[in-house]
Amino acid sequence: MTTITADDDHDPHAAHDDHGPDKGLTRWITTTNHKDIGTLYLWLAFIMFLTGGTMAMVIRLELFQPGLQFVEPGFFNQMTTMHGLIMVFGAIMPAFVGLANWLIPMMIGAPDMALPRMNNWSFWILPFAFTMLASTLFMEGGGPAFGWTFYAPLSTTFAPDSTDYFIFAVHLMGISSVMGAINVIATILNMRAPGMTLMKMPLFVWTWLITAYLLIAVMPVLAGAVTMMLTDRHFGTSFFDAAGGGDPVLFQHIFWFFGHPEVYIMILPAFGVISAIVPTFARKRLFGYDSMVYAVASIAILSFLVWAHHMFTTGMPVAGELYFMYATILISVPTGVKVFNWVSTMWKGSMTFETPMLWALGFIVMFTIGGLSGLMLGVAPVDTQYHDTYFVVAHFHYVLVTGALYSIIAAFYYWVPKWTGHMYNETHGKIHFWWSTIAVNVLFFPQHFLGLAGMPRRIPDYALQFAEFNMISSIGGFAFGLAQVFFLYIVIKTIKGGEKASDLVWEGATGLEFEELSSPPPYHSFTVAPDIK
Amino acid sequence: MIFNKLSERLSAALAGVLSMLFVSAADAEYALNMTRGVTPISRDLYGLHMIVLWICVVIAIVVFGVMIWSIIYHRKSRGAVAANFHENAQVEVFWTVGPLVILIAIAIPATATLIDLEDAKTNADINLQVTGIQWKWKYNYIDEDLVFISTLAQSSRDVIKDPAGHENYLLEVDQPIVLPINKKIRFLFHSDDVLHAWWVPALAVKQDVVPGFINDSWAVIEKTGTYRGQCAELCGKDHGFMPIVVEAVTQGEYEQWLVDKKAEAAAIAESADKEWSMQDLLAQGETVYKGNCAACHGPTGAGIPGVFPALSNSPVATGDPAGHINIVMNGKAGTAMAAYKSQLSDVDLAAVITFERNSFGNSVGDMVQPSAIKNSR
Repeated sequence: MTTITADDDHDPHAAHDDHGPDKGLTRWITTTNHKDIGTLYLWLAFIMFLTGGTMAMVIRLELFQPGLQFVEPGFFNQMTTMHGLIMVFGAIMPAFVGLANWLIPMMIGAPDMALPRMNNWSFWILPFAFTMLASTLFMEGGGPAFGWTFYAPLSTTFAPDSTDYFIFAVHLMGISSVMGAINVIATILNMRAPGMTLMKMPLFVWTWLITAYLLIAVMPVLAGAVTMMLTDRHFGTSFFDAAGGGDPVLFQHIFWFFGHPEVYIMILPAFGVISAIVPTFARKRLFGYDSMVYAVASIAILSFLVWAHHMFTTGMPVAGELYFMYATILISVPTGVKVFNWVSTMWKGSMTFETPMLWALGFIVMFTIGGLSGLMLGVAPVDTQYHDTYFVVAHFHYVLVTGALYSIIAAFYYWVPKWTGHMYNETHGKIHFWWSTIAVNVLFFPQHFLGLAGMPRRIPDYALQFAEFNMISSIGGFAFGLAQVFFLYIVIKTIKGGEKASDLVWEGATGLEFEELSSPPPYHSFTVAPDIK
Repeated sequence: MIFNKLSERLSAALAGVLSMLFVSAADAEYALNMTRGVTPISRDLYGLHMIVLWICVVIAIVVFGVMIWSIIYHRKSRGAVAANFHENAQVEVFWTVGPLVILIAIAIPATATLIDLEDAKTNADINLQVTGIQWKWKYNYIDEDLVFISTLAQSSRDVIKDPAGHENYLLEVDQPIVLPINKKIRFLFHSDDVLHAWWVPALAVKQDVVPGFINDSWAVIEKTGTYRGQCAELCGKDHGFMPIVVEAVTQGEYEQWLVDKKAEAAAIAESADKEWSMQDLLAQGETVYKGNCAACHGPTGAGIPGVFPALSNSPVATGDPAGHINIVMNGKAGTAMAAYKSQLSDVDLAAVITFERNSFGNSVGDMVQPSAIKNSR
């Protein structure tokens, strides 16, 4: 593996790079550069992550001990709802779009995204969408209080007036996501350097290609659901109103037909990140590249066929329940393949444990825990006991926090030296990892016990037998929240300065972004297509 | 290195937290795992849960074991040199087919249990209709012509700021349902407003209640006792405050309870015919208000602006009594205001309307008698 610096390669085009970005604020408003837009997405995601995290702190504060001490039940429901919406649509999804913007052009040897102006637009919609969503908290009647799944009729006939703002905000997020997805697909299918065949693409690019198709397929379904809500609320339709001949359960079918692929939208790019990091620090090629690609594709296809496993207690016919149980537990086969492949990549490698690798290992262990509890939840008869309890809360937080979020943080540590040219502080990174990992397990592991013992989710107060584990969970929650404030410090410090990163950054790094580009890379990554070996 | 010292300290902290977990585990075993319950289905579910749990634990141990082995022995600092393999068709087929076999092994007992679980339609001894209402449960013993509403007990509401030491906090109701043991009970679920879910873990019954649909489930309770549960589907503001209490008794006790309960209901119906005094109506009305109205309209009648209208100085509560009676009895379509004629007795309706007209700064001064309600039905 040799290091080729970008300077050697790109000198003839240095003049082109020199014109550089605009100065000041207009640079960020008018930018069409994939790196700038990637940065904007990542910052938006971080701000939303801290906002949604603050709401989680309110939730854990109220649940610290039994009794109602801090907030009213109505406001508590607004907090759980907004926490979910902001983390899903504001933190995890934009963070992955940010990574896609930064990385896909560099990984496939392209100068930028295929549709740069649309790229700008798809980002700049989002701050307005989230401002609108957050503003509902200050309106008469409060913000959405019906859970991030907004089941009708609680979200239609029985919802506060501000629900219309929520509906419009969801539409904007959907438009942004679809535009982002179109851009990703157009870039990957049209802008690969000569020789970069599909089966040579890094897995991160593959997972994003498949994720983008999922987005295009399901975001319109979500838009349909909220539009039906809107017409039920204001224009006399009865899609979800039994009194008018409608069906409240129909809402859940539509929502989860969007919602289940949505959870894979939030985890497939994570698989791509982990598949990049593990081989680098094991100094060994990814095990089973082809089967990884097929596994991701299988998971994506299966994700359309399992939606009603969120609905085992709605009164489905037995045949329906059996089908959705079989299809659901089948997903554990391709998911297992991925985990086994990562472990085999480590096997007989030559491993070191820099911060990105720690986060990736944390991902593999804790995502597997979340996957195994997912298998348990997929077994329909027992799900009738798990459903809507803290067992489910524990499950999806293991998948989304120690899964999706961990991969995003791993990606930050792995690629930030490339992006900024500065190494982060290794000691700080390791403290961040161990602090977060201990805290997150103190936070979420006891929630398995709470759920099994019978604590329903989305309640602001609970019976006394749940007191101990709730207090432990809250302590873990506060510690985890604080660790992410430390992360903010690390991020700012790394951007501002730090030890100069080499072009290859990591001894075992592979891929065009490391082997062909300088750290930081030029404003337009590849103005001349690189040679693909 | 600072990092090593810190990691030691963190490990110590982790050990502390873990020991806390196990101490609580010893104190209260029930708080760690699913209940075995008291019905054949709940035992089947517990068994299935344990099988799947152990399968998951074994898989986790194997996967993490291999990973930890690599982390220890295949690290660069030990001089490990990376091997060069990156695929192996045999092992890849093995770890695709192996899990498939495990899944089939799980699916077989799961299918049998699921079919049992859904067998509510055959041979029911007792039919109990359960209606979810924001935020209480209505029970209708269909074969017995006995209907009543069960809400969170006032004793729990009273200690909501500081419930320490209050046994069964949030899990106690004013009127529990009583059911005989060793009979097949068929539950029929329905909702008057939003989705709820009726869940009693010991009975292994969790079923969504859906407006416009009737769902069913069943249980044969094998042991006398008191079994507690909660609403499991987010249903609005007081979702956390609509518990369920089931008292399982012998057949003889059940029959006696039916006789007593029906006599009680008859006495309440009869009292509607007598003339009530203002004082009695206000006293009764305050109790009814706290249990049924305060959740939305607030303990002081202030409501929640933008969601639930205030009662103090409201045109309805200070206007023509006929309009007030109408809205309380029939509700308001398209809003959260329910039709209380199906929930409250004549006396309770008269009392709460009188109370609302003469409290929270309202002083209309008139009285609504139970007989007036009876005539408007």
